[in-house]
Amino acid sequence: MAAPQTKETPMPLARPLPEGGVWITAARKAAQARLAEMGLPGRRDEYWKFTKPDSLIASDAPRAVLYQGEVPEVFDTVDRLRIVFVDGVFDPEASDDLALNAVRIERLADVAAQDIHWARDLYGTLEARGQDPVPRPLAALNTAQARDGVLIHVTGRASRPIHLVYVHESETSDAILHHCIRLDEGAELTLLETGPAAARFNKVIEVDLAGRAAFHHLCIQGPDHERRAITHLFARLAREAVFKTFTLTANGVLTRNECVIEIAGDDASAHVAGAAIGRGDFHHDDTVFITHDALRGESRQVFKKVLGSGATGVFQGKIMVRPGAQKTDGYQISQALLLDEDSQFLAKPELEIHADDVACSHGSTSGAIDEDALYYLRARGIPRPIATDLMVVSFVAEAVAEIADEGLRDEIIGHFEAWLERRHG
Amino acid sequence: MLEIKNLHVDLEEDDKTILKGVNLTVRAGEVHAIMGPNGSGKSTLSYVLSGRGGYKVTEGSATLDGESLLEMEPEDRAAAGLFLAFQYPVEIPGVGNMTFLRTAVNSQRKARGEPEISATDFLKLIREKAKALRIDADMLKRPVNVGFSGGEKKRNEILQMAMLEPRMCILDETDSGLDVDAMRLVSDGVNALRDAGRGFLVITHYQRLLDHIVPDVVHIMSDGRIIRTGGAELALEVEKNGYADIAAEVV
Repeated sequence: MAAPQTKETPMPLARPLPEGGVWITAARKAAQARLAEMGLPGRRDEYWKFTKPDSLIASDAPRAVLYQGEVPEVFDTVDRLRIVFVDGVFDPEASDDLALNAVRIERLADVAAQDIHWARDLYGTLEARGQDPVPRPLAALNTAQARDGVLIHVTGRASRPIHLVYVHESETSDAILHHCIRLDEGAELTLLETGPAAARFNKVIEVDLAGRAAFHHLCIQGPDHERRAITHLFARLAREAVFKTFTLTANGVLTRNECVIEIAGDDASAHVAGAAIGRGDFHHDDTVFITHDALRGESRQVFKKVLGSGATGVFQGKIMVRPGAQKTDGYQISQALLLDEDSQFLAKPELEIHADDVACSHGSTSGAIDEDALYYLRARGIPRPIATDLMVVSFVAEAVAEIADEGLRDEIIGHFEAWLERRHG
Repeated sequence: MLEIKNLHVDLEEDDKTILKGVNLTVRAGEVHAIMGPNGSGKSTLSYVLSGRGGYKVTEGSATLDGESLLEMEPEDRAAAGLFLAFQYPVEIPGVGNMTFLRTAVNSQRKARGEPEISATDFLKLIREKAKALRIDADMLKRPVNVGFSGGEKKRNEILQMAMLEPRMCILDETDSGLDVDAMRLVSDGVNALRDAGRGFLVITHYQRLLDHIVPDVVHIMSDGRIIRTGGAELALEVEKNGYADIAAEVV
């Protein structure tokens, strides 16, 4: 754990807590205390060696020029419930009614004033559990400071996906959102998230899955390049629960997506996947920690990064198998496609196994485009840039294949291909 | 149509000379076969013509309809009408066969200043061509060559040829790994494309493919040169006596 900071107190630690009711004030104070104890992240911290936290903890968000190109609406063909945040501020006009069969949706800002709420047991709880053994101070900062977000309680099968749309309009916006999602026994929900959100975005999602619950999550970050984002996805899975998350990231000078999963019930399954592409000062960091603490748990981590012109990709992925978590099946792969010699991929795969009857594998590679395949495509008349795009699509395919729903998978592939095409102008 | 003059080629990496002065002319409407033992330079010739990296042309020329091929990028050679059916078609996971083919067809059209083919017309065309090669809808949907059997890969090559309608087709050991039925299917596919405006160069080890695709001219290649040229009967002679006799005769 990081040593407490003894120098002058940086701004984020000194900010006053937002006003609120009894339950949230207690959670915020506890988070503030956690943060004070662990201190803000520094480059000496084990898990911040590859990613500079400076711009994430600076008192003001660095200015981020808005993306000028056309950004087509994603998931347009999907019947979904849209909830829109502009620079982190809820937009009631652009949002649908927060009403969905078998789902209760509320805004954190609305219920924060109440003295009691179901989210009391969840808000900050999984975040606090996720601080051990690796501290995640920016998540604690989020719990302490977030003023809004959505609280979703699913009691059955949600009739359509919930889509959180993050619009970025201000060059200096500094957004903090905290979402809590609870799925009851056997409940099902698909959550979609799209958009650059803000110049700087700190997001936490806590997902608590009861037995046999199934949660599917798809997130698209970008294509604004100058934005910065630190996101945390904390999840706890009870018996036979299914958790699947996939993130597509295009551009971004600094994106760090942390995913912390606790497989607490037997026969549960967690898949975490991502595809990221960027050039130049693009910096993308996936930091994953999956703890198996039950029998016959299955987990997969599949991450692909396409890096060009000096871009940097980081992967820090851990599978922890606790004593007694027998028959665990853990898989982890992280790969980078380096489009030139200037780009770099920094990977730290970790396995820590305290049970003797488990199957865990991990692999990490980085390499250039397969010249034979490129030649094959070009020999059919496909010009090099387009052939390269096809190879990029091919490269990320294994990660995209982790998306269970065929329609949503096609939507992601279509969006990705269109985005690649637009880059050629 | 295809004119190769005194072509000398080295391997880029270890300065080994593979082709030592190849001369060959294929006119429109003709089918030429190149036979020869392993390591004689047959496949190298097909790679050099289609623009694969790793080779260095030290002397000579190769032109298609008078245009020099050797300075062109592989995609420009394809757009100019050259097609190579690969001996080992490459697998491309995650890219649908149909997407690949449509991209190829439209890239070539674009390069020639022609309008792109519409999705509907493309679908109609590919279904028609695929049917003749007994390629089902599933194979069209699957990723390029992934999980295809040897025969399926070769049929897929011929499908690409049929869709792209090149003027000059080079088939590099298309018969390798094919059973009798698959060989017939592939040969029928090739024969269906034979016409007065199109040339073929069929590279093979064995005479049996030439029973199905009957050539106008047969060349025997050995040690980087064409050592003998004749009619279809030359293939039969090779089948009977082997390459050693012919090579010995020349020396």
